[in-house]
Amino acid sequence: MEDLRRRLDGVSWVDLFLWGLRIVIILLIVVGAFNTLTSGKYTITTWISLSISGLAQGSIYALIALGYTLVYGILLMINFAHGEVFMAGAFTTVFIANYFNRIGFLNTYPLLAILILMVIAALVSMSVAVLLERIAYRPLRGAPRLVPLITAIGASFFLQYSFRGFYGSGFQTYPTVTALSGTFTVGKVTIPVVQVVVFFAAIALMSGLYWLVERTKMGKSMRAVSEDKEVAALMGIDINRVIVFTFAIGGMLAGAAGVINGLYRPQGVYFFMGFIPGIKAFTAAVLGGIGSVPGAMLGGLFLGVIESIGPNLVLEGLGIDGANQLKDAIAFTMLVLVLIFRPQGILGERLSEKKA
Amino acid sequence: MALLEVNDIHAYYGNIHALKGVSLTVEKGEIVSLIGGNGAGKTTTLRTICGLLHPRGGNIQFDGEDLSRVPAHHLVGKGIAMVPEGRGIFSKLTVQANLELGAYTRNDKAGISEDLEKVFHLFPRLAERRTQVAGTLSGGEQQMLAMGRAMMSRPRLLLMDEPSMGLAPVLVDLIFATITDINKTGTTILLVEQNAHKALQVASRGYVLQTGEIRLSDTAVALQNNAEVRNLYLGIE
Ligand SMILES: Nc1ncnc2c1ncn2[C@@H]1O[C@H](COP(=O)(O)OP(=O)(O)OP(=O)(O)O)[C@@H](O)[C@H]1O
Ligand SMILES: [Mg+2]
Repeated sequence: MEDLRRRLDGVSWVDLFLWGLRIVIILLIVVGAFNTLTSGKYTITTWISLSISGLAQGSIYALIALGYTLVYGILLMINFAHGEVFMAGAFTTVFIANYFNRIGFLNTYPLLAILILMVIAALVSMSVAVLLERIAYRPLRGAPRLVPLITAIGASFFLQYSFRGFYGSGFQTYPTVTALSGTFTVGKVTIPVVQVVVFFAAIALMSGLYWLVERTKMGKSMRAVSEDKEVAALMGIDINRVIVFTFAIGGMLAGAAGVINGLYRPQGVYFFMGFIPGIKAFTAAVLGGIGSVPGAMLGGLFLGVIESIGPNLVLEGLGIDGANQLKDAIAFTMLVLVLIFRPQGILGERLSEKKA
Repeated sequence: MALLEVNDIHAYYGNIHALKGVSLTVEKGEIVSLIGGNGAGKTTTLRTICGLLHPRGGNIQFDGEDLSRVPAHHLVGKGIAMVPEGRGIFSKLTVQANLELGAYTRNDKAGISEDLEKVFHLFPRLAERRTQVAGTLSGGEQQMLAMGRAMMSRPRLLLMDEPSMGLAPVLVDLIFATITDINKTGTTILLVEQNAHKALQVASRGYVLQTGEIRLSDTAVALQNNAEVRNLYLGIE
């Protein structure tokens, strides 16, 4: 009795509320999923297709998420302008892609054309990311953490409206690559070719990054700098070079993701297109544990799949209409839930343990 | 000419005037100890020498070259290595990765693995733990790692900031014995310590720093016998 009372004394109302919230959420998910599955409206094939398209979308989130996580790992700073870094590459290459299409290059040599587009987008996004570091963030190093955050938001608007100035405010569309527009069938599941290509292209880029971080000298210096900048400098590591390199790599991945995204979702290329993918990739990075490279990869894939099957599985079962339009709501609900219940993410360590 | 010459340096943290004209010299082959109480400016002196902080006045000459404005990451290449205060090991990396980072600026693979073996010979406990993550080492082992890592650059001048801090007496003895050994193989050492007793035993000369100024400088033996030093830093009446 004494024991029970003492234990209850330690529990605050906030804890109780959060526990209640957890139980309600789990109940909602279980009830929704149960209703949907027992209604027999969808077959297993549907779920598999949804998961595959989720993985394709998720791999794009993962590529962008890596930019957030790499920069956070080194500077403990969230580069909220990273969505615009992605936009810069995607928006610039949409015109080149359409040009390639007009001259027939895109569909005669699709692989080569796409590679060239990815390289161009990577270079454009890389330049934007590096300039961002140089002009907006470097002068603020050592300032309180809120300051670069506010600057990032300002830089974000600056980039959006600069690119609107360059390319206009209209919506652009990536051309269709005929080689990627078919489907193929495995068992009963019909899979669009583009989803497979998107997924493996992203995986290839991520493997490259993983090798870079784990095996190369630059990767080792990145890890040293992320742990202790002063001691890293004493080892002879040029901190600024490592930081610029980190922004450059994150930018290149985001730029390449811009082209891959254009293959998958050709429409809606305009100056504001970086916002939603940016926030979703940030969600993915937090989900996986910000600062963790494998975390960002897993978080991205996980978010893509949840977003893809969540509306049909949970929301429809709860009787919510137009569930498919609520993808974004699912992603942002995830962000809020992760921040409340597991701020360290799946693979990350607690933020509070990191020295600021 | 001395290997290291610090001439009248002034260093600041914002408006805090931490070093108010510190001068000292270290001759080639020597162990020189810099002692002083908490907040005297010992760490600041070492940080200024190795470029983590730039002096606002005065200058630092190493082997005839002015280091006053050289950024920290160029120093290890010039032959200066530091064992930082609180060890500064990379706790998420393995023992071996830490040591390899000590040789970051070197390209001679054969020489590096030779030096790695030397460090493992000097500190057998590190050899047993070479694949272990450094954060899981004990305090004494971390200190050995920090020293070994500094040695991996084959420094001509080794700066050490309180290597005996927080260690059990047996380990303190071991660390000081190693300092003497390292010095015997030809490395010049500038040693910062609060353990004035030990620091003056291994050194040939010493400086006493007080609130950012050099208060005394003499041979180690003379300082050990100095009434003020005995009273304030050695705790002998
Ligand atoms: N980062 C900093 N910002 C502001 N003041 C500092 C900073 N680091 C040191 N100081 C101040 O500079 C003075 C000298 O500090 P320093 O660390 O060099 O002393 P120390 O002799 O190494 O002391 P200890 O034996 O405690 O390590 C102290 O008054 C300290 O408060
Ligand atoms: Mg100190």
